[in-house]
Amino acid sequence: MVAHAVLQDVTKVYPGAGHRGSVEALGQVNLTLSMGEFFSIVGPSGCGKSTLLEIVAGLQSATSGTFTFEGQPVDGKVPDGIGVVFQEDASFPWLTVRDNIAFGLRRQGVPREEVARRVDYALGLMGLREFASAYPAQLSGGMRQRVCIARTLVLEPRLILLDEPFGALDQQTRLLMGDELLKLWRETGATVLLITHALDEAAMLSDRIGVMSARPGCFLEIVETGWPADRDSRIVERPELARITGRLWTRLREESLKAMSEDRVTS
Amino acid sequence: MTRSAIRQSFDILVLIALMGLAWQGLYEYAGEVALTSPLETAALSSQLIVSPDFWPHLEETGLALVQGLVIAIVCGLAVGLTLGAHRLSAEVGEPILVALYSIPKITLYPIILLFFGIGMPAKVAFGAIHGVIPIAIFSMGAIRNINPAYIRTAQAMRLSPWALARTILFPAAIPEIFTGFRVGFALTLVGTLLGEMFGSQRGLGYLLMVAMGTHDMAVIMSITLLLVLFSVLVSVILLSIDRYLHRFT
Amino acid sequence: MRIVWIRMGVIAATVLAVEALCQSGIIDPFTMIPPSEMIAELVSMLVSGEHHDDIALTLTNVGIALVLAVTVGFAAGAILFVMPRVRRVVDPLLASYYAIPIFVFYPLFIVLFGLNRYPQIMIGFLLAVVAMIINTLNGFDRVPRVLLKTARVHRLGRMRTISLIILPYATLYIFTGLKLAVAYSFIGVIAAEFILSGDGMGYEINFAYNNFDNQTMYPLILLILIIATVINMGLYTWEKWFRQRQTER
Repeated sequence: MVAHAVLQDVTKVYPGAGHRGSVEALGQVNLTLSMGEFFSIVGPSGCGKSTLLEIVAGLQSATSGTFTFEGQPVDGKVPDGIGVVFQEDASFPWLTVRDNIAFGLRRQGVPREEVARRVDYALGLMGLREFASAYPAQLSGGMRQRVCIARTLVLEPRLILLDEPFGALDQQTRLLMGDELLKLWRETGATVLLITHALDEAAMLSDRIGVMSARPGCFLEIVETGWPADRDSRIVERPELARITGRLWTRLREESLKAMSEDRVTS
Repeated sequence: MTRSAIRQSFDILVLIALMGLAWQGLYEYAGEVALTSPLETAALSSQLIVSPDFWPHLEETGLALVQGLVIAIVCGLAVGLTLGAHRLSAEVGEPILVALYSIPKITLYPIILLFFGIGMPAKVAFGAIHGVIPIAIFSMGAIRNINPAYIRTAQAMRLSPWALARTILFPAAIPEIFTGFRVGFALTLVGTLLGEMFGSQRGLGYLLMVAMGTHDMAVIMSITLLLVLFSVLVSVILLSIDRYLHRFT
Repeated sequence: MRIVWIRMGVIAATVLAVEALCQSGIIDPFTMIPPSEMIAELVSMLVSGEHHDDIALTLTNVGIALVLAVTVGFAAGAILFVMPRVRRVVDPLLASYYAIPIFVFYPLFIVLFGLNRYPQIMIGFLLAVVAMIINTLNGFDRVPRVLLKTARVHRLGRMRTISLIILPYATLYIFTGLKLAVAYSFIGVIAAEFILSGDGMGYEINFAYNNFDNQTMYPLILLILIIATVINMGLYTWEKWFRQRQTER
């Protein structure tokens, strides 16, 4: 398999602020993402998952180690070909759904007919066609995340990063959104890196799952699922899913307890 | 002192120094006729405070201010709390209060003079109408914004209405009500001074207008300085109380 | 909609009560003329064009003060936002600004600039500009970090991030500043005209009061109140519509 993105010995240390000491967020992370694979990261809270995603996106630089995307090093600058869907709602409240989705394309100077075609395709794919002229404030949280996903995929990124995109949604909506994500993945052929705290979601969607340790985060184990490419949420009823989820939790339980005891109340 | 407190105090000193320098600079540029220098103004201000001729005016303004405040607080709370208690009255009343807040209330002053005659009652009334609106608006908001979950918790605990008011409603509403007092104070001061500048024979506002008539720049600036210092001092005190009350939000 | 009717009812009832009090003689015509007479006189005044010059002058002064306050206020807010150290030093001034009775500077300005429109515009400007600065800063502050991250993911440069993301998001809050600036420009200019000036609506009201001319005074007061209310309520409603479209409540 062709390597798409490579993290090598990546660490991240946040310098201390005021009377707080420095925080070692990531310790020696190594990961190779293959072209077109679906990779999830699970881990206890505070283990640095989001930090890792931001380093991969080019939003933050690593303290040491290297990250390479398509052969080029990435260091604090967002490279071409990467799309990010954040945990919080990032839809632009002053634009309609259609204008939101068209935003990136218009910035790149894509001609009008092409923009209309691609936006229309994304609206159909994400089930947003009848809300095209609505404003995000009039939509539910799940719909707004769909807008953000549509806005990202319309730019045809080769690596899609998602940071707990379905965190605020209920279980049933999550399962359906998972299906849509898989459909997207198959249609675009992009590499997907998903961060989630829902173990069954990771187990169901991914080709491989990375289990992170408590802070400072690094990969304890990488689990292969072996699912076929044309999977959807109905594999929930397969016994292998329970086994994978169980294995994830066994690995994670100790780390989660560790993370919880270290948890200081922050304002 | 914590590091940030030291930094804050330093910043404030820098600000005061910069303003003083700007003042001095303007004085150098504009000349004696136009302005008085910071030092002279400060000297005259301290003279004024201890001068027996000044005290009756100070007393007049002070009395008017205090009376206006008391009325503004009592009426503002009454209006705000009653309107805020029910959704209907609050929704009907809010735009009316907001509209009253944004009109130039000075246009009502002749009406007040016609009703109360020239003198202390008119001044007090004028100060009061300036202060009562923000106090009413903020009190209304304070009651409306009380989390309904608090009421339900109190019901589940079977509290009496008095206990509910004392232990839950009061502490929850006080921060915002106090902010209303803070704004109300500044506005009552404005109203009182405006009243004195327009139709009065005594008080600091009156002194300002007299000094303007005689082009007595030094007196104008001294009284202005005293008033600014006073209002800033009270504002700082009220702000710290405000922050203290809001410390949990 | 029911609420709007109730509100209209409350206002109408108040006006009718005042009318009744005036017509019955409980309030004598030397103190206040009945609302019906106020409206009649106002209509004839507007038709005859008697005070058109004064009305135009006042509104022009307000307009100048407003435009200055909005442009300077927005620019100053933007500059302070990109220079956080300066902002930190200036912050106490902004926080306590509205505690200071700005009108006390009016005599100072009159002595400095003479008895013309400039002191009045200055007062209106000074009163309105800081509201604009504070709300501009507030708007920029509130842009969510996730939107700034999104801008970086879309590889927008600094200028495009400001024009495409920060400004559109902040518009709602900046509009609040505009709304306040309008109200304050009105209040500042009219109060200044009232206290002392040579012409303009404030002056005419003052003049009418001193000449026991209720038939002129009340209609003028009513006119100012109507203009101020229509403009302010218009902006208030527009802001609400804006807010509803863009934020969930």
